[in-house]
Amino acid sequence: MNRILKYDLISLTTYAILVTFGIINVYSSSYTELFTSIFDYTTLVGKQLIFLAISLIAALIIIFTKSKFFDNIASIVYFLSLILLISLFFFGVERGGAKSWYILGPISFQPSEFAKLCTALFLAKFLSIIQTDLNKFRDIILVGTIIFVPILLITLQPDPGSSIVFLAFIFPILREGLDLRFFYFGVLILLILILTLIFNFFISSTILSVIFLLIIIYRRRNRIRLNFIKSFISLIFLISISFSTNYLFENILEQRHRDRINLILGKEFDNKGIGYNINQSKIAISNGGLFGTGFLEGTQTKGDFVPRQHTDYIFSTIGEEWGFIGTFTTIILFSLLITRITSRAEKQVNHFRRIYCYSFSSLLFIHFFINIGMSIGLVPSIGIPLPYISYGGSSLLAFSIMFFVYLNFDSSRLKED
Amino acid sequence: MLKKYILIWLTISVSVIFIMRLASLQLSNDSYFNSDFAVQELSVYPERGLIYDRNGNLLVANQPSYELIIVPDNTTEFDTISFARLIDMNPDELKKEINSSIKYSKKLPSVIKSQISKETNAFLQEKIWLFEGFYLRKNSVRDYIKPFASNVIGYTGEVDKNDIKNNSYYEKGEMIGKQGIEKYYEDELKGIKGKKYFQKDRFNRVIGPFNNSLSDVTPSKAKNITLTIDIALQEYAESLLQNKRGGVVAIEPSTGEILTLVSSPTYKSEQFVGQDRTENYNKLLNDSINKPLFDRSLQAQYSPGSPIKILNALIGLQEGVINENTTFKCNAGHYYSRNAFMGCHNPFGTISNLKKGIYNSCNTYFARTYRGIIDKYVTSSEGLDNWATHMKSFGLGNYLGYDLSIGKKGFIPESDYYNRFYGTNRWGSSTIISNSIGQGEILTTPIQMANFATAIANRGFYIKPHFVKSINNKLINNREKNYTTIDKENFEIVIDGMVDVVDRGTARIAKINGISVAGKTGTVENFILIENEKKQLTDHSTFIAFAPADDPKIAVSVFIENGYWGSRWAAPIASLIIEKYLKEDVGRKWLENRMVNGSLIDEYEKPYKFENFSINE
Repeated sequence: MNRILKYDLISLTTYAILVTFGIINVYSSSYTELFTSIFDYTTLVGKQLIFLAISLIAALIIIFTKSKFFDNIASIVYFLSLILLISLFFFGVERGGAKSWYILGPISFQPSEFAKLCTALFLAKFLSIIQTDLNKFRDIILVGTIIFVPILLITLQPDPGSSIVFLAFIFPILREGLDLRFFYFGVLILLILILTLIFNFFISSTILSVIFLLIIIYRRRNRIRLNFIKSFISLIFLISISFSTNYLFENILEQRHRDRINLILGKEFDNKGIGYNINQSKIAISNGGLFGTGFLEGTQTKGDFVPRQHTDYIFSTIGEEWGFIGTFTTIILFSLLITRITSRAEKQVNHFRRIYCYSFSSLLFIHFFINIGMSIGLVPSIGIPLPYISYGGSSLLAFSIMFFVYLNFDSSRLKED
Repeated sequence: MLKKYILIWLTISVSVIFIMRLASLQLSNDSYFNSDFAVQELSVYPERGLIYDRNGNLLVANQPSYELIIVPDNTTEFDTISFARLIDMNPDELKKEINSSIKYSKKLPSVIKSQISKETNAFLQEKIWLFEGFYLRKNSVRDYIKPFASNVIGYTGEVDKNDIKNNSYYEKGEMIGKQGIEKYYEDELKGIKGKKYFQKDRFNRVIGPFNNSLSDVTPSKAKNITLTIDIALQEYAESLLQNKRGGVVAIEPSTGEILTLVSSPTYKSEQFVGQDRTENYNKLLNDSINKPLFDRSLQAQYSPGSPIKILNALIGLQEGVINENTTFKCNAGHYYSRNAFMGCHNPFGTISNLKKGIYNSCNTYFARTYRGIIDKYVTSSEGLDNWATHMKSFGLGNYLGYDLSIGKKGFIPESDYYNRFYGTNRWGSSTIISNSIGQGEILTTPIQMANFATAIANRGFYIKPHFVKSINNKLINNREKNYTTIDKENFEIVIDGMVDVVDRGTARIAKINGISVAGKTGTVENFILIENEKKQLTDHSTFIAFAPADDPKIAVSVFIENGYWGSRWAAPIASLIIEKYLKEDVGRKWLENRMVNGSLIDEYEKPYKFENFSINE
């Protein structure tokens, strides 16, 4: 009994609920009138159940592994995952426009999902080395490279959606001592980009200049010293970003990306073409009402109105069939899981484990934020799964492994090994 | 410490935002997301509006057409190859269409092939039952009854992605006006589509009308349009322009109604209807030599040539630099500055007054008048800008604002143009002397020339030229008069000169028995770039006219590319059009035959033969 109690049972329960709920919803959104056994491995649910079984076997192995082991293999698995990503260009199979799959008989496998796990381990390993100092320029570059290489490889597949997920690693890096100003600066740049796209260059640079002036006046008043030249240079830099926004927007992004962004910013309204998915998803969700239509009763879900509903838009199935109760619960469960893992990570004394746990919760957060955000029309459409819920074996397995590695690390928190 | 809690705070605030959003989506009774999904919506289209000419002749109607649609869920296995052969379609293309309709929706119909003719439909109806999931659906397409005035009427086509994006009214597969009247009056012609609602069961099958059809929206009828075009005159003018390049514009001066607008060579609206429409369109688009999709009467900017002398005469009178008795001596041209000679076809020693200057088209007379206009002020800039204001009051140098969506501004040079070119005030009236005879920097379109002929015919004003007389038989009134900057009394002497042009001047060939025609010829030098070398081509032949001179019923401008003298092609064509319009029958059959049968094709091919050629033969 004692043995079981030392595991984070709250998280484990949450995990179990989410996975079960996922299977139910995949079943519903891929349900057809023809009767088939849910254990038929040719149906989507059947396949998902097989991967769940594999995940649970992996879980058992992980639980009984010494946590030191993960420290040892961190570098190897990272480079292994890079090799897998690179050889995709030669042996990968194209699905939906991106060469991001290996197919072995009936099983298909998406290495970018596992790259998240491997990068988390390796980043933890690198940052936990005593000599690493995030105030040194050289180390910042190295850390950047660790994250940037998989991003580059995944973007080239091209699967930009999955590569955006790697931005999650900014949180553990900040936690481990990167100057917060980097974060603020990043957020500022993002805000400027959005501001410029909504209004235009002149308005956004005027707003910037006004803010800049206010800061100067405030500092003068309070007699805080201010490096005038430095702040002026950063103002010019920010304004030039605003200036180049339209160029970047028109030339770097593809039309479909532009459409998705315009849609969210409310600059375009089109429910038939580019906005079809989001609109259908919103319709399905709002159709759910408070209690939902009930399991297998969603007319939108059944009518196949929402494309990619069992993968990226699974949240709309939850919304329609389980109503506000279901969506509310899902959100609570995810935020519980994320905050729980994050706060338990803080208690870790061992740096490697702490950083890993922190990376894991950040990855969960980004998936949670982007996937649900896009289903309810708050975030531009980016095709990434909702962990534990969406159909997709690789995603389920990778996130399960990540979860059980966390469980392992958390249980050995008090042991020093 | 902030860093430790940043992720937790973000998670909590994102969750709160999500929950708020979900509450507004799921808990409010907002009817925006029409939440009854068991209802299928079907659009009902009103018949597109008809188009008539000014005399009530029907020009554009609608004809039944059929489209082949697929409902992917209803199909069973079938032989793609034989089906492709049956519907006369490339098998690969068919597969592509089927795949994209599956992607769109398995349960909703999508169009596989559109605009199938009645005959093909009859043939297909017998076989289609063999292929489950495919149906023939009736709709209607345009029927262009008269094969004339296509450049005015335009054509329709299927909406493209941009149309759908710009206007939420349209859905994939619907028709929209793409050019001409069909485009400009799209809102009137299309009407407003209605809606029919059907109840579906939970298997998405239609089980009957929804709410006893009480929620259905009846479509509102399209409006019919009556053009100002006289289709008989249009047909006649088009026949005169065959095998020539150029434009003809005829306007009724008192109303600004465009009677005829010809661009040659052109396309036929019916080329955009039916199975071959894409092929036809590409053919027309790729003809970079004849440019049939380019409307020469609205979009081609030419040097106007001598007709501009009329405006310079009017401006000279208005500014007081000449009067009707002013004479200039012409020595087959004159030196306008040292070593700079402007030639003239008038013989050595001709002394002209204003009228004679006009009817003999004396370059010297108008060059000196123009210098007077420019040099009247202290600086040439002031003089030129004052001149430009006068010119622009005739509708030159800017869009006229007629009701078609294509056009060009033309160009009237002002001081800042030359200041940029030569340096501020480093130019004078002699530098820009070519403007006096319509050869300099001035550019006009044929419709602008017809418009200033109208303003002269009206003795000082014009009404914005337009193509539509009435919509649903309601006349469009309130057309305002645009007054020129020239006083009414200055026109008579100039018009007398223009009457003499036809009576005893350069355009005697344009004389019509019993009708006094006022006109002015033009012979326009022009150039082309061949392998970066500027080469002169045969002059353009141009003519503006109106008749009867004392009570004008029609004003015409004719522009024939590379036709040489104004009196060779443009003047006879204009005069035939006037005769046809005013007398209905043309007496001068010999002239008509010469114009209809005359061809300038050889002339146009010269520069493409890659050998030296002679011009102005």
